[in-house]
Amino acid sequence: MTVPVSWYLLLAAALFTIGAAGALTRRNGITIFLSIELMLNSANLTLVAYSRLLEQHTGQLVVFFVLAVAAAEAAVGLALFIAVYRHRRTIDLDRINLLRW
Amino acid sequence: MHATDLLWLIPLLPFAGSAALAVVGPRAPKALVNVIGLGAPGASLALALAVLWDYLTRLNPEPFQQVLYAWTAGEIALDVAFLLDPLSAVMTFVVTFVGFLIHVYSVGYMGHEEGYQRYFAYLNLFMGAMLLLVLGSNFLVMFVGWEGVGLCSYLLIGFYYKQGWCADAGRKAFVVNRIGDFGFLVGLFALFAAFGTLDFRSIFDRVAADPSLVTGEYALGLSLAGFVALCLFIGATGKSAQIPLHVWLPDAMAGPTPVSALIHAATMVTAGVYMVARANVLYQLAGGISLLVAAVGAVTAIFAATIGLAQNDIKKVLAYSTVSQLGYMFLAAGLGAYTAAIFHLMTHAFFKALLFLGSGSVIHAMGGEQDMRKMGGLGKHLPVTRWTFWIACLAISGIPIFSGFFSKDEILAAAAGGGHWVLWGIGFLTAGLTACYMFRAYWLTFEGEFRGTEKQRHHLHESPPVMTVPLVILAAGAIVAGWVGIPAVLGEPVFGRDVNWFHHLLEPVVGAHPAGFLAGAHHLSHGLEIGLMLLSIAVAVAGILLARSLFRTADPLAGDARIASSLGGYYRLLADKYRVDELYDWIVVRPLAALARAFWKVVDGFVIDGLLHTSAFLTELTGDLGRFSTTGNARHYVLYFLVGVIVLFWWLVA
Amino acid sequence: MEVAVFALFAALALASALVVVTHRNPVYSTMSLVVTLVSLAVLFVLLGAPFLAVLQVLIYTGAILVLFLFVIMLLNVGREEAGGGSKLSKVPALVAAALFGGMVALFSWRAFRDDALAPLTEEFVSLKTLAGALFDRYLLVFELVGLLLLVAVIAATVLARRPRPEEREPLGPRPQGESGSGSGAGAPGEAAP
Repeated sequence: MTVPVSWYLLLAAALFTIGAAGALTRRNGITIFLSIELMLNSANLTLVAYSRLLEQHTGQLVVFFVLAVAAAEAAVGLALFIAVYRHRRTIDLDRINLLRW
Repeated sequence: MHATDLLWLIPLLPFAGSAALAVVGPRAPKALVNVIGLGAPGASLALALAVLWDYLTRLNPEPFQQVLYAWTAGEIALDVAFLLDPLSAVMTFVVTFVGFLIHVYSVGYMGHEEGYQRYFAYLNLFMGAMLLLVLGSNFLVMFVGWEGVGLCSYLLIGFYYKQGWCADAGRKAFVVNRIGDFGFLVGLFALFAAFGTLDFRSIFDRVAADPSLVTGEYALGLSLAGFVALCLFIGATGKSAQIPLHVWLPDAMAGPTPVSALIHAATMVTAGVYMVARANVLYQLAGGISLLVAAVGAVTAIFAATIGLAQNDIKKVLAYSTVSQLGYMFLAAGLGAYTAAIFHLMTHAFFKALLFLGSGSVIHAMGGEQDMRKMGGLGKHLPVTRWTFWIACLAISGIPIFSGFFSKDEILAAAAGGGHWVLWGIGFLTAGLTACYMFRAYWLTFEGEFRGTEKQRHHLHESPPVMTVPLVILAAGAIVAGWVGIPAVLGEPVFGRDVNWFHHLLEPVVGAHPAGFLAGAHHLSHGLEIGLMLLSIAVAVAGILLARSLFRTADPLAGDARIASSLGGYYRLLADKYRVDELYDWIVVRPLAALARAFWKVVDGFVIDGLLHTSAFLTELTGDLGRFSTTGNARHYVLYFLVGVIVLFWWLVA
Repeated sequence: MEVAVFALFAALALASALVVVTHRNPVYSTMSLVVTLVSLAVLFVLLGAPFLAVLQVLIYTGAILVLFLFVIMLLNVGREEAGGGSKLSKVPALVAAALFGGMVALFSWRAFRDDALAPLTEEFVSLKTLAGALFDRYLLVFELVGLLLLVAVIAATVLARRPRPEEREPLGPRPQGESGSGSGAGAPGEAAP
């Protein structure tokens, strides 16, 4: 028996939920970032699953680009963290709230 | 090229003059203002005479229409076009001739006033608008002129705007006119809805060919003809100061006297009569409304004549006299005697303008005084003014040879001929009253002992030629103008043929269409007609003699007292002009003012401002509460983001 | 057989994902993410995208997560403090996340419940076909992504460099009437918020 595609999609949904919960709940900036990466990957999984379902390569190519963009994003984001850390000596997002009312 | 091709220039030249005067500004030298201000109407007069000569000497003059340009195109096609036919020819002649003379007179009268340039600019503007009114070939151009003269009336009545009561008078004139104009517009709408055009010839030819077009039931229990006739007449009551919209004319005397002569005697107020004559086809098919027109005219005539007897301001006497004479014109028009109405319009233009200009000469000599009780014996000092005024009084009283006799008599004959003896009686009595109050004014002003102050006595002088020459010319007209319309009953015995040239002139316009209840003099036997003529002469003479016995005495003011005592409280009512203004104030002005105040305080202050304040308040509130969401904490923002995504996903997919 | 592989690695992915979001120590979280990503790579292979699987391992785990570790070490990020925000404040977030996941799951289930997958063909899996599509239709995107990476490199370099001494700008208001830069080589802006 082969694995129906819906299982892959469900798995991706579950991973996304976990990633979202983590991104919203944690205070540590790095951990939040990791959760976001998790969400990205769940999206990747969905894309590859659909690509397989529809017998086209488009989905896989999108994943290819997502990978590249994620790399760029990770680099810039971490650079930002470093810059913020130099000023505030913390990556606790609850303390980095200068833009409040 | 014929002279008639230049028809469009006749109204245009005064407009150009007005614009030029506006451009040169208030500090222009008086000579320049004179050149432009007299040159434009003068050129218009010359052109008008040339055009009329060209037109009338043709063997078979057809109505001549000149289209200037198409105002709108497409489904609603309206043109700016002019029509030259006997009726508009007569009106054009009256307007340009009398108008030019008054312009010349104004040079002398307004010579020392500030606003000289502004005066002539307005006066030229008025001429242009009035010429548009009479030369227009469709109701739309006529209406533009109608509104234009109303505007100029406002501007000129309120000329001395720095005085509050003058500005108020101008406003009153405009507002009362507006009420009439509303009726006029409704009539125009009805006509346009029925015929799809406002062109005179298109409408009237179609109706003449097939009267059933307008005789079916339409609105308010009237036929279309009746409805339109009524609406147009409402406009005429406003413009021509008939009851109930006559209240603005006496107040309009606040303007300079030449203005009163031109606008409120010779031209603008006659626009209503012209309009009824122009639309005679419709009025002939609306018998009930025509009778209403005649009745209103008659009542107005006698009503105003009684008031004139109790007025002390010389211009007010003349103002009520104008209202009364206009009533005669409408009486004629309502009876279907349109030729008589226009005839009286023409003769009235001459003698009424003469009367006003003469009074202007008197006021000028008295240094601004207008109360006749302070005048007296001016005949010695102002001979030309005195004799021309006397001629005008004879004309207006209907004494034979003078013009007023012929025109007024034709009106009375029309009433009698149709069997409307009540109307005839009213006209008859009014003729007597007219003679009485006019000669009262004459004797109070020019005869007897001078009753003014010493300072005024020294100031008395005859007016300069620039003012007296127009008086003389108008006096000649007041005598001669009636001779073009000598009725057949007199002309045939004397000349051997019917010399009623005026009647023949206007016949194509007003006589060619099927008559409704036309009450011409045709139904009167010659004997009866002569008899009635003699009766009217007699009543006029009686009026003169009565006035003479009361006022050509050593103590003229006692004459007023005698009238007052014999009439008792009624005299008080007359002096107060029947308290019509006060009545209107109670019924109309106060409720409107209260309504306006209510709108201001409640609707504007409370509702609209309240709306604004509330919305501003709510915006502030939202801001004050909403700012708590900007915590600065990125995690919260991500939560908001996710919520948004959920909503979006739900909306797009589910 | 395929089901077994799927089940195993799916479970592994889920478990390690949970560890990622719950563990206090960021280093442990990173390691767990590595496990998750590798599991996903296996699943990619199952779905007929072996090239992507290799890319995933090489780039994602080999480069990106290593970068994460570098930064964690550089900044010496310690364990997250216990407490700080009650349990109750986490509820809205969890609810939202669950809601979204549930919606997606529901949709996927209803739409594709019984769709069977066609068997993998040699052609589908081959790198040649993938490359053909990449450099044919998506050539422009490919180039743009390259540009994007260049921009990211420059941005990261600029953002993360040590500020030169004359550029140092202390947070907070400057003292009045002092000429020149205020505190010169002060500590990097420990400002009072």
